[in-house]
Formats: sequence, C-alpha cells, structure tokens
Amino acid sequence: MTLLGPLGFTAPWLLLGLVLLPILWLILRAVPPAPIRRRFPAVALLLGLGDEESQSDRTPWWLLLLRLAALGLVILGFAGPVLNPSERTPGDGPLLILADASWADAPDWPARTDRIEALLAEARRLGRPTALVALTDPPAEAPVFGPAEALAQSLPGVQPRPWEPQDLTAFAASLEGPFETYWLSDGLERASRAPLLSLLQSHGPVSVFQTPRSIVALRPLAAEEGEVVLRATRTPVGPDLTVTAAAVGLDPSGTERPLAEAELSFAPGEAEAEVRLDLPPELRNRLTRVELPGRRSAAAVQLTGDALRRREIALLAGGTSDELPELLSPLHYLHEALEPSADLIEGTLGDIVLANPDAIILADVAEISPEETQALEAWVEDGGLLLRFAGPRLAAADVAVGETDPLLPVRLRAGGRSVGGAMSWGEPKALAPFEPGSPFFGLPVPPDVEVSAQVLAEPGPELAARVVAELADGTPLVTRREVGAGQVILFHVTANAEWSSLPLSGLFVQMLERLALTAGAPAEQAEALEGTIWQPEQLIDAFGRLAPADDLPGVPGARLAAGTPGPELLPGLYSSGERALAINVGSEEMSLAPATWPADVPVEGLAARAELPLQGWLLAVALGLLLLDMIASLALSGRLRGGGRGTGRGAAAALAIVLLSALPPGPARAQEGEAPAETGTDLFAEIATSEVVLAHVLTGDDTVDELAEAGLLGLSRTLFARTSVEPGPPMGVDIEADELAFFPLLYWPVTADMALPSPAAYDKLNRYLAGGGMIVFDTRDSDLGTFGGSTPEGRMLQALARPLNIPPLEPLPADHVLTRTFYLLQDFPGRFASHDVWVEASTPDAEQLEGMPFRNLNDGVTPVVIGGNDWAAAWAVDEIGAPLLPIGRGQAGDRQRELALRFGVNLVMHVLTGNYKSDQVHVPALLERLGN
Amino acid sequence: MSAPADLRSRAEALADPLPPLLASAEQLAATVALGQHGRRRAGLGDSFWQYRPSHQSDASTRIDWRRSGKTDQTFVQDKEWQIAQSVALWVDRSSAMRHASSDRIPQKAERARLLALALSALLIRGGERVGLTGSTAEGDGLPPRPGEAQLARLANALVGEESAEYGLPGQEGLPPHSRAVFLSDFLGDPAPLEAAIAQAADRGIRGAFLQILDPEEESFPFRGRTIFESGAGSLRHETLKADALRQRYLDRLAERKDRLAQLARMSGWLFTTHLTSEPAAPALLWLYTALDQRA
Repeated sequence: MTLLGPLGFTAPWLLLGLVLLPILWLILRAVPPAPIRRRFPAVALLLGLGDEESQSDRTPWWLLLLRLAALGLVILGFAGPVLNPSERTPGDGPLLILADASWADAPDWPARTDRIEALLAEARRLGRPTALVALTDPPAEAPVFGPAEALAQSLPGVQPRPWEPQDLTAFAASLEGPFETYWLSDGLERASRAPLLSLLQSHGPVSVFQTPRSIVALRPLAAEEGEVVLRATRTPVGPDLTVTAAAVGLDPSGTERPLAEAELSFAPGEAEAEVRLDLPPELRNRLTRVELPGRRSAAAVQLTGDALRRREIALLAGGTSDELPELLSPLHYLHEALEPSADLIEGTLGDIVLANPDAIILADVAEISPEETQALEAWVEDGGLLLRFAGPRLAAADVAVGETDPLLPVRLRAGGRSVGGAMSWGEPKALAPFEPGSPFFGLPVPPDVEVSAQVLAEPGPELAARVVAELADGTPLVTRREVGAGQVILFHVTANAEWSSLPLSGLFVQMLERLALTAGAPAEQAEALEGTIWQPEQLIDAFGRLAPADDLPGVPGARLAAGTPGPELLPGLYSSGERALAINVGSEEMSLAPATWPADVPVEGLAARAELPLQGWLLAVALGLLLLDMIASLALSGRLRGGGRGTGRGAAAALAIVLLSALPPGPARAQEGEAPAETGTDLFAEIATSEVVLAHVLTGDDTVDELAEAGLLGLSRTLFARTSVEPGPPMGVDIEADELAFFPLLYWPVTADMALPSPAAYDKLNRYLAGGGMIVFDTRDSDLGTFGGSTPEGRMLQALARPLNIPPLEPLPADHVLTRTFYLLQDFPGRFASHDVWVEASTPDAEQLEGMPFRNLNDGVTPVVIGGNDWAAAWAVDEIGAPLLPIGRGQAGDRQRELALRFGVNLVMHVLTGNYKSDQVHVPALLERLGN
Repeated sequence: MSAPADLRSRAEALADPLPPLLASAEQLAATVALGQHGRRRAGLGDSFWQYRPSHQSDASTRIDWRRSGKTDQTFVQDKEWQIAQSVALWVDRSSAMRHASSDRIPQKAERARLLALALSALLIRGGERVGLTGSTAEGDGLPPRPGEAQLARLANALVGEESAEYGLPGQEGLPPHSRAVFLSDFLGDPAPLEAAIAQAADRGIRGAFLQILDPEEESFPFRGRTIFESGAGSLRHETLKADALRQRYLDRLAERKDRLAQLARMSGWLFTTHLTSEPAAPALLWLYTALDQRA
C-alpha cells in the first residue's frame, strides 16, 4: 500500500493512467460531436447552402473538463484509495492474545470477539502459532501456542466473567520464550497490570487494544433514615451524565417488576453520584435488586439480599410495671439490639398475632390463654419464629412442668436455679463454646459473659437434640424446637441483665443476627459469618443477567465475609437458613480509573480513525459526472430542446434520474409514529375537555358506531337548542386506549359480537363509574323485560357488565329524578317504546314523606342506565339536521322521536346536575325560612 | 387475385381512417356553412332573385317593364345563379407531406386531406360537383360529380399515398373553365408547378393554392452538426452548424413564397400559407371564400 498523507492506494500503479488525460484532451478536442440525422422535407431549400466556417463546433472546454474529471476520478477510484489506512505491520513468531474479559468488557464483548477473530484470521494467514488467554480465567500452566484455526473454533467459549482479573503471578511466572503480545484491555486501571506488562515486554513487543468507554458501577445499597441510598461511580470522569436506576422487586402477585426508578446524576467532573429513594417499608422489603437498565455489566446490578430488609418483630414482656427503671425493663436490651434493623411492634398478644410479624419475642411471659396459645401455635406452624426469654415469672409458673408446652421447646423443671448469687455457693457459670450444628457455631464466646440464674430443662431423650447453646457445666442455655415451618426458641435466661451478663455483651446481638432477627453488611459481620455455609441461590453473570444457581456447592461464610467476588465466590445471592446475603461486583472501596499505558506500548482503538475506502465514492462521483456529460452533450447537440420528438422527454427523464440519485436518501423513520401519538392524546384531551362532549363507546361495528355518533349529534343539537348545555361534537371512544374521565356520559350500544374489554379497560371503566361517570347501555333490542336472557345483545350485556362495579338495579321508578330533570317524563322511548329502563336501585329505607310529592331517593347520579330502546336511532340526525331513521308512523312517530329526545335531555341534565331537581322540592321551605 | 378474406381485411384497413376523417371534415364544414350563404347571388338560373336598376350594358329586352312602370327608373330582373360549378381538388400525397415535427400537430398530408374533404363537403352541400385530379405521377383522378355519394368516393381516394419525393398536380381531371384547388407544401421544384398553373389558366381554370407547412419548416429551430434528409431519403444535406444556416434558409423560404405569390398574381389565382400548428377552420374559410369569388 502506498501512502500519500492520510490517503493510501491499494493499486498505485493504476495512477499512471492519469498521464493519459492530456492525450485524451487533444483527441476530444479534435473529434467533433456526432451528427444528428433529421427528417426535414424542406431540405430541397437547403441544397447548396455551404457552411460558412469550415470547422465544426468544438467540444466546449467545460465539457472537456467535465469528461477529464470523470475519467480522472475513475482512474483514482480504481487505484483503490483508502483514507486513514491502518498500517499494522504483521509480525511473525508466536502471538499471545490477552483479554481482560472482566465485567467491564461485557457491554461491547462482541466487538472484542470480532477483534480477536480478526487477529486470529491474520495469524492464520501468516501461520503464527497463537495462544488466547482470558485474564479472569488464567490457565493453570503456561499457555500453549497452537494453530490459530483451533483457537477460532474455541473463541465462543471465551466469555467475560463477573469479576476482576485475579492474582496473576502464577500465570506470569509460567510464561516462557519470546512471543508478541496483543492485549485487549477492558480499560480499567488495576494494580496487577504494570508488573504483568513489564514481564510481557521482556518476552517481546506488546500492543494494546483499548476503546474509550463510559463505565458506571453501582455501589452497595444502604438504608439510611428510612431511605434507600443508591450510589454509583463512573469512569471516565467527564461531562454530566444521567443514568436511570431501576429498583426491581416482586409485586404482590410474585412477578418481578420495577418498583421504583431514580435518576443518578453525575455532576461534571465528579466520579460519584448518589440518589435517595424514598420507599415505603412494604416496598422496600420487596426489593430484590437495583439495576441500571441499558448498561450490560455485572457492576450495573446490585442485589439487595437482606441488607435493605427490615423485619417486623413483635415484643411482649410479661407483667410489665411502669415503676421499673428503664434499664431493668425486660425489653430494653432487645429494643437496643433490634431497633436499628427491624420494625418493632408492641401491643397485646392478640393484636400482635394478627399483625403477622416475622418474629415474636416473649420476654418472661408465662400465662398465655388457651385461645392465644392456639393462635400463636398456628402462627408458628406457618413459619413464625417465637423467641422466648425466661425470667422470674416463667420460673415461678408451672408452665411446661412435667408436660411439653406447645410454645416451649423443652419441658422445664419447676423453680429454676440460681448459681453464683449472694445466697448460693457456686460461681456464676460461663458459656461453653458452640457446637457444630448450632446456629451459633463459629461465634467467639467472650469470657466475661456469666450466667447467674437460669431455668432448667427437664432431662429427656430429646433434650440433647434441642440444645443449641449451653453453659460450661452442660446445662442448656438456649433450646430450640421446630414446629411446623417455624420454630420456638427459649433463652433460659432473662432478656435483661438480671440473670446474666449476656444481654450486655456483643455476643447477644450476634446471636440475634444468627437467628435472622437483624442483618447488616457482610464486612461488619465477618465474625458473625464464621463457621456458616452459604448456598448460592442466584448468580449474576458478567452481562448483569441473573441466573438460578443449580448444583453449586455452598460457600463458607469466611469467604463470603471477604466480599470480593472471584472464581470461587461468584457474585450473586446466597442464603443460609432464613438469611440471605448478596455478593455484588460493585463494592464500597471500588474505584474506577481509565487504564494508562507506558508510552512505548502502542495503544490501538483509543484515537483510531476507521479506515475509509474511497473507491465507491469516487466511482459514484465519476458516474454522476458522466451522466452530467451525457445531458450536456444532448443539450449541446440540440437534442435536449424541441429539436426532435421524444429526445427532449428522454433527456428530461435522464436529468430527473440524476437529480433523484443526487438526493441523499432520507433517514428511515420507523419511530415516526410515536411522537404524533402523544400529541394525538393531548389533542384528544383538549377536544374532549374544551366543551361538554357526549361520547359513545366504539363497538367495532361500523354501522352501529356511525348511528351512535349521529344519535349523539342529534342529542347534542337538541341540547344546544333547548338548554343551557352546549355540547361539542360527539366523540367515539375506544375504551381500551382513550381516557374516559373527560366525558360526563358514555353511550354504549351493545352489539352481540363485540369483544369484551380487557381487564385494564374494566379497571378504567370502574374508575370512571366511581368518579361519577354514567354509562347508558343500550341493547337496541327492545327486550330488556327479561333482563337480557333472550337476545344475543342481552347476553352480551350480561357478560359485559359482570366485571363492572354496578350497584343493584331496579326499573326506573316513577318518582326517579330522571323523570323530571328537565322535562316531566314517564315514558322513555327510543326507536322502540319498551317501558323497561333500569337504574340504580333506591335505598330500601326511602320513604315518601308527608306532603312530599316523591320520595327522597338516593343521592347522586345513577352510574348506569340500561335499556333496549335504541335511543341513538331515534336521536340520529344527518349533517343538515334531518332525522336519519324513520320512527314509528306519522304524527305518533314524531311524538315518539320528540319523547326520545326529551329523555336524552333529561339524561344529560341528570348526569350534569345530579339530584338538583330532587333538592328543588325544598325550595319553598327554604324561601319561606329566608323570608321570615 | 387475392382471396376475398384478404381483400376484405385490406378494404377494412383502408376504410378504417375514413369515418373519422369524414366526420371531422363534416364537422369542420359545418362551422363554415353556418356563417356563409352559399351561392345565393345573381346569375344564370330560372328562379327570380332580385330587381336591380338597369345598366347601360343591359339589353333592353331584359328590362322588366312591370316593375319599371311603377317608377321612373328601369329595372332588370336578376335570376338566381344556378349553374353547378365543377371544382377539381388536388391534394399532394407525396412523402414530403407525411411529416410532422411533433406528436401534437398533424402531418401536413393529414391536414391537407382534412381541408380537401371539408371543402368538398361544403361544395357538395351547395350543389357543386367536386372531383379529384391526380398527380402527374399517378394520374388517379376522380371525375367531378355531385351528390353525397361522391363525398365517400373522395374520402376513399384521398387515403392513398404516393412515394414520390414532391408532388405535382396533373391536368387530367381539370375540365375547362372549372375551378381548381391545389393543396401542397410546394417545396419541390417550382418550375413544373408554374407550367401547370399557366396551362390551367390558359384553359380558363381559376382557383386557389394553399401552401401547408410544418412549423419546423417555418422556423428552422436546429443547432449543431446535422444531416437533413428528405422524406423518401433521396435528398440529403449535411451541415456542421445548423444554426448558422437558419437565416439563409429563411431567406430562401421567403423567396419561394414570394415566387408562389407572384405566380398567383400572374395567373389570377389566390395563394396563401397555412401552418399545421394553426387551426384548420380559418384555412377552410379562406379556401371557401377564394372559390366564392365571381368567376
């Protein structure tokens, strides 16, 4: 490839053709344009007329120039010009392809694979032995340099991992021999990079491929002051950037969906962003993860685990008296330990069980009534955790003495014992180390915890299995029994410092943690995790996708406490018993910085300008010039203008083609429909709300819809003419898509084959009815006496109305307000004159008062009017206001139409004024009172 | 001879253009007949036409004494002119006439045929006898006859084409003292035409000749290197700059028209030029009035 500044040519010898251009100039100048043959009857008159000039028309200079330019471009084009040609000099010898393959590579991993493929293809062409190593998954021994073909086949197996490159010293030590290295960096600076680079450079040249990109990593979530704090860090630190974070959780039906969204805004020049999400506790407990949609990387996902979870714990102390000082209160230490991480409930036992908390703690409660016992038992069997503390009352009472109490794990001896007190001989007892299998296994036992009094368990065959903690002398301190899905735990000491110093020690809190009563960040509880085994539940891959963890071995708590994900600790959700712990990629101490490379390492991709082959462009321009030349030649020889039939049009067509091809093709407008849709909704709202608009439900049957529209138009005109209601043109409403709240009245002609509305539409309709809307159902069959049993429309109406919140109905009573909102009516005919029209039933206690013309009926507007008289047909008018359909016969028909219109007026008046007319009955009385 | 089916198909193909031609000719003729009043003028005939004051040249026997008795003047009774005239048409059907410079305007031959037939229709309606004189080359004349049937025969005869480069009127179908109408572009050699018209004038034949030209021939809108070919291809002229020729061509055309007008003046005929891009009616009117003049 020959280079000319930023231009390179693949076939430079073709440029010699440019020498031909001057020769061509001479030839073109010498040859006159070809003559045109014309049929011309008057040629006889021309005979003998010689040309005055012996020389013909020369090709004009600009046309020559055009042709030469076209030819020059063709020659240039075929010489294969390339803008910004890449000038990698292919090396030889073994080639080591290193890929970081960390989570930061995930967003554009396909681009990396393409690059590796290209490298492998080149290596195959040159016959270089090649090895491919992902630094997140380094091979145990030295990489084997093999043929590139085999590597190309195994390339799909190389995937980014959701962790950072690990300890590379072993890998670095195993390298030997000279080789060239091509390093596909993920663009993040890390400490392990420099030593490895210098080592690689000692083996041979190193070149680096790295693309600049924006990486955002979420830091662990924290709960502060009832809010969820989202924090994120980014690289490179540049102009302001806003990232949407979605808080995802399970909705009440158990489906996963975004529960909340927040915008993380990075200020210009800032690497950190923080946003607080104010979520109600109910929602916060549902939260399973926060993710950054659109950023495909493991660091863009934060699983919550238990970190955000606040358990509901009910506390109840036996016989609490107000005279006790605060520190002696049996619940004081529990309060202190649980308050930061749990929601506490206090109240009577009956109330507490109804609240269905995660755990109930009974401190020294002895007497539980049989009903409460039953309720508690049922609650425990459903998975509740009942935690009981002993105390003087429990010791004094005869609970579980001799027989097993369902709410105590073991049988107790009467009285309890006191050791190391002022009146006893023994020393206070220390705690024995926790046995394996105990939930407390691994917790260090502080030597200063002493127990001076306890309740004693009755020895028995099952006792040993139920003891989870014991004193140094082997007497049980904590016993546990599984009841159904839940468990009952008894601390044989008090919850205050009366019987032991346990509540004063840190061990107390750790023990509560182990019982899943409290939870904290893993780092803080390295000790608390000691000795536990955690089972992976869900794993995050490098792309930030969640997958269930199948058949993976458990991970010891100690490794979990370290927190940093790696090959042996895959990021994801781990569980142990009731507790859940999340291992996330983004950590508190994570800092992102773009990788920097020494000056002697060539870095590709950073400022790389893509190769741009110009051949196609040049040839296209040359073709355009040749087309222009064609038109110009035609024009010059007179064939473009009316010289001959047909040629003019042909030339014009050619010109049109050139112009069309010169126009840039318009960008594809697939998204065009979206923006207008929004303005369409706005327009709809604007029209519907600027005036009173009557609406009808679009049934999908064109005839019915048109008739309904015409009917409402007729009614609107009547209203306009007769009343102070001046409605706009009626609208058809699609109950699935359109907002209903704008319309006072929905006329719904029921057709037998109408599709049932979707649940969302029913939801909307119910809200519409609840908000004071009125739906007029018209089965148009004049047969509602049987309330829909016999006609298809009637059955359809039943199906339609079933999910609607419709109150009980009754046939329109003679004193209903609808009979007198504007006109006094007793018949409600439409096209048919059936009498049955159904409205909301009046209250049963409505009675006609003395001296009142009608009962004081239900307040408000009937939400539905159901009839079958096909009112729209009677109301329908055409554009000029003439009735559309014949009604009845002669004058009686006109009367029927008039009554139908009056009913329509009453309907609209009723929906707009409510029971105003009912209240009018009080006007004389009010006036009288005002007058006197 | 050819089979009857073949004959019939050829006849049908031949008759095909006739109805439209006839129809458009009738239509064209109708526009004239409405405005003009035929030969309603004094002449030889049986029926009374008008009284007019007697001239010196009137024989005394022609004086109508009954009319003259009412006044001091003497009157002569004119009779309506009733002698049927013979009109011979010549329509140039040579290849030079089959030319039109664009799709929108008709060929010269087409226009000539239309004018001839329309004129025939007018004349036949007025009771004249119309015939066709053939070209010198072909000689397929049609003797003058009255009646509507003659119109169909004329239309049939007008459809034929000739292969000659330029046409010349023949003398066969021209009765002495009749009228003649020549329709052509007159772009060929003018000398034979002059001879023919002189000969006809000698035989007492009066008439009109109408030069039908294409607008292209009138304006010469050509440029660049061009080879001009005649209709049959026997004549050709090549030029390197057609636009340089224009003025000299137009001069020559004017000269030719001048010569034709001269010829008309000499022989007592009438001459004008008609462009195919113009409507046909004015040309028909001109032809009709030209024939209308008193012999």
